Amino acid sequence: MKYLHEFRDPAFAKTLSEKIHTVTTRPWTIMEICGGQTHSIVKSGLENLLPKSLSIVHGPGCPVCVTPLEIIEKAVLIASKPNVIFTSFGDMLRVPGNSTDLLHVKANGGDVRIVYSPLDAVTIAQKNPEKDVVFFAVGFETTAPANAIAVWQAHKNNVKNFSILCSHVLVPPAMEALLSSAENRVQGFLAAGHVCTVMGYEEYIPLAKKYKVPIIVTGFEPIDILHGILMLVTQLEEGRYELENQYSRMVKKEGNVSAQEMIYNVFEISNRKWRGIGEIPLSGYRLKNEFAHFDAEIKFDLGLIDVQESPLCIAGEILRGLKKPFECSAFGKECSPEHPLGAPMVSSEGACAAYYNYKRQEVLNSN
Amino acid sequence: MCLAIPGRIESIEEGSNPKMAKVDFGGVKKNVCLEFLPEANLHDYVLVHVGVALTKVDETEALETIELFKQMGDALDELKEGDPV
Ligand code: SF4
Repeated sequence: MKYLHEFRDPAFAKTLSEKIHTVTTRPWTIMEICGGQTHSIVKSGLENLLPKSLSIVHGPGCPVCVTPLEIIEKAVLIASKPNVIFTSFGDMLRVPGNSTDLLHVKANGGDVRIVYSPLDAVTIAQKNPEKDVVFFAVGFETTAPANAIAVWQAHKNNVKNFSILCSHVLVPPAMEALLSSAENRVQGFLAAGHVCTVMGYEEYIPLAKKYKVPIIVTGFEPIDILHGILMLVTQLEEGRYELENQYSRMVKKEGNVSAQEMIYNVFEISNRKWRGIGEIPLSGYRLKNEFAHFDAEIKFDLGLIDVQESPLCIAGEILRGLKKPFECSAFGKECSPEHPLGAPMVSSEGACAAYYNYKRQEVLNSN
Repeated sequence: MCLAIPGRIESIEEGSNPKMAKVDFGGVKKNVCLEFLPEANLHDYVLVHVGVALTKVDETEALETIELFKQMGDALDELKEGDPV
């Protein structure tokens, strides 16, 4: 595929790696804040191409991971209802709630379906008017246009048996929460390229200025990530803290304005709880009041759900970049992708799962 | 799950609502919503996430970035050649 293999070219990787080694003279801690990038970094072993003095920490960039346990439990409870078709992206199915996960609900006869797009869920609702069709609407800004247009289509076509269980999160407020914390040690960010295809990057400019951190809008291929790191380290070494765009082939300053309009047709900004971190002010979307009849939490009034996180799990410190997965005593022992105890192990884009899948041997050997 | 991948528009469904297109991802073809890229044309490369096209691949920018990597590589080679061994 055009413009894909060039960004995986080993010769470019070598050039960029050499260049990063030349530029780096001091230790720096940088964070990537997108699960796709975490996965790419760990899978392609990019850390081996970087100077030892560069520490890459993995931020709360996996929406599957940061979806609160009580929302997962609500999904399980709704999906278990007899008249419901519960639709979701595939990676939410294995996330355990307190009682069980969606995969087990399905195995026990629940109608749980994996869809490629939220629009498919609306089609399922139109084809099954006697059923309540619920879509599990999680994600960052990247996914919001798709979720918004699904609700909009249901609204326009008067599809009354469609609703969404919504847990939408936003990147800039999470970055600000990390940066404003006294324990922060992140000195520069790779911003998530795909989030910026939708939202643009204007929101990040004041963050870079206020907290004096360089931010580089970065793509997902290994070459993009190395290029983003080079741009970031160059700024750090020169004492600059600006917003720069590595991913210019996909990201424009203003983002996709028509997608943003659709988001704001349907959603409004609200406080959100992030699993492993806690509530962050104004860090998510909820349905606007006039779309409340599409809100599954209102439709299936489940009340307060009490859930218990594992006391062994140090997800909060991992998601804030304070610790790496192998510093958790449960890593690879009590906790594995088959039996995840916490958020970063539940999806392949979570930091713990990425380390488990690609680096476990290395980690266990060094212990 | 935030993965978005580039594909090439094979055909556009005229008059569909929302606007839909068939997009080819290296052999795998999928129906994709084109509502947020009204300017996209047949055979354009678009970045798609969960069935929705989010942006057009800017070919000029892509080629410029690739050219930058090539120049960086050449510059490093020259440096090495100049090194006293
Ligand atoms: S390894 Fe498991 S228990 Fe430890 S922090 Fe990661 S998710 Fe939590």
